[in-house]
Amino acid sequence: MKLLLQLTSALGLLLTIIPSLLYFATYISLAVHQYLMLAGAILWFATAPFWMNKK
Amino acid sequence: MSENKVVDKLNSINEFEREPVPASRLKGVKSFVGMYAGEHTAGTEFVIGPLFVAHGVSAGDLIWGLIFGNLLAVGSWAFICAPIAASVRETLYFKLEKICGRNLVALYNLVNGMMFCFLAGSMIAVSATAVGIPFNIAMPELGDWLPTSLGWIITVFAVGTVITVVAMLGYEQVSRFANIAAPWMILVFIAAGFAALPDLGVRSLGDFWQVANEKIWTGVPLEGESKFTFWHVMFFAWFCNMAMHIGMADMSILRYARKWQYGFSSAAGVFLGHFVAWLASGILCAAAAGSIAPGPIAYSAAGMAGAICVIIAGWTTANPTIYRAGLAIQGIMPSVRRWKVTLVVGLVTTVAACFPALVMRLLEFVAIYGLILMPMGAVIFIDFHLLPRLKLKQDYAAKQGLSFYAAPAFAWIATLTCCLLLNLIFGIDIFFLGLPGWFLAVLLYIGSSKMLQRQSSVSFEKVI
Repeated sequence: MKLLLQLTSALGLLLTIIPSLLYFATYISLAVHQYLMLAGAILWFATAPFWMNKK
Repeated sequence: MSENKVVDKLNSINEFEREPVPASRLKGVKSFVGMYAGEHTAGTEFVIGPLFVAHGVSAGDLIWGLIFGNLLAVGSWAFICAPIAASVRETLYFKLEKICGRNLVALYNLVNGMMFCFLAGSMIAVSATAVGIPFNIAMPELGDWLPTSLGWIITVFAVGTVITVVAMLGYEQVSRFANIAAPWMILVFIAAGFAALPDLGVRSLGDFWQVANEKIWTGVPLEGESKFTFWHVMFFAWFCNMAMHIGMADMSILRYARKWQYGFSSAAGVFLGHFVAWLASGILCAAAAGSIAPGPIAYSAAGMAGAICVIIAGWTTANPTIYRAGLAIQGIMPSVRRWKVTLVVGLVTTVAACFPALVMRLLEFVAIYGLILMPMGAVIFIDFHLLPRLKLKQDYAAKQGLSFYAAPAFAWIATLTCCLLLNLIFGIDIFFLGLPGWFLAVLLYIGSSKMLQRQSSVSFEKVI
C-alpha cells in the first residue's frame, strides 16, 4: 500500500514538472500544461501525507 | 466538553520553552532539510525575485551574487548558529534571558516578536494575492502601501485565521506540513519559470542568456527604484535571514538537531528558495510585464497549481514565523500558554498583512529586521565562545541574579545607533551595515562586559 502511495506521489511530481518542459518544447498548449500541473498537485497532496514522515 | 478537550490538548503541547530539549525529542536531518526547504521556498520568494528585476540587477550580477551570498548564509547557519543551538538546546529567548536578565530580554522579545509578526504578515499578504484571484479582487501594485479594498482585507483575514490555527498546534504540525509541501513547491517554481520563457521569446535553452540580459535582468531599474549591483545581491542573499543565523533566532529550531552539522541543511532552503525560486519568480515578473502581485503572475504561467503554490508557499513560511513570534512574546509572559500567545500574535500579524507596504518594500524591511536583531546574536556568540577564555562569566545575569545586565543592552543600542549614523551621515546602504555592525557589537559587548564584570567583582571584594 505504501509503495502504491509513493508511486502515485511520484507521478504527481512528474505531472508538475514535465508538462512545463513539453509546453516549452511546443508539444502541448498552455491550457493542457496548466491542467496537468493541477492534476499533479492533487495527486501529490492526496497521497504524500499518508507516507511522508510516517515511521 | 469538546471545547475543553481542545484546550486540554493545546495545554498538553510541550515545546520546552524554558528547558533544554531532552535527547528523546531530538530530530534527524530529514526534518531540518524539509523544514528549511519549505521555509525558504516561500511566498516571499515570489516577491523578492520581481523586486530584483525592478531594481535593475544585471543577469551576471544576480547569479554570482546569489551563489556567493547563499554560501555565506549557509556558513553562518552551520558555523555560528547550529553549534551553539546543539550545545545548549535552549530557545534563543531563554538563553538571552540568562545572559541579559529578564527585563532586557523582555524588550528584545517584544521587538523580535513584532518583527516576526510583520514578516509573517508579508507572507499572509502573498498568500492572499492568490486566494483573491477567483473573487477578482484588485491586487496591490508596487506603489501601494495602504489596503486597496474591503475584499483585500477580508481575504487577508481568511488566510490569517487558517495560518494562525495551524501555528497554535506547535512545531510538529508546522514541520510536517512544510515537509510535505516542499518538494512539490520547488517543482512548481521551476515549472512556472519554464512555462513563462516562451512568452519572453526563449525558443531553446541557447536563447536564455541573451533574453535574460535583454528582457529580464536588464541592468536598468524601474523608475523610482535604486540600482542594485553584485554587492547588493550578495549581501542581501547573505543577510536576508540574518536574524535567523547570525542573529541566532534559529537556535529555537536547531536545538532539536542531533548534531550541529545539521546547520548545513539550510543549504536546501537557500539554494532552492533563494536561488532557483528567485530566478523563476524574476522570469515570471518579466513575462507578466513587470507585475509584482505573486498570485496573478504564478497563475498566468502555471494556472491553478501556481495559485495554490503561492498560497501554500506563504503558509509554510508564515507558520514557523508566527510560531517563533509566539515563542518571543511568551518569553515576556512565561506563565501564559504558548498557544494563547500565538493566537494573539496571529491576530496582530493578520492586521499587519492588510498593508501592502510590507510586501512592496520587502527588501528594505527584511534588511532592517535582520540588522535590528543581529547584535543580540553577536552577544550570544561571544558569551558562548569567548567570555570563558577571557575569564569572564557566561550567563552573567542568571549567575548574578540580575534582571537587567547593561553590557548587552549597551552593545545592542550602541551598535544600532552607529549603524543608523552610518546610514544617515555616510549614506551607506542598509544592505551593507550588517557586517561592520556585527564586529562592532562584538567589540562593544566584550569591552562593556570586561568593565562591568570587573567593577562588580571589585565591589564584591570590598563588601567582603
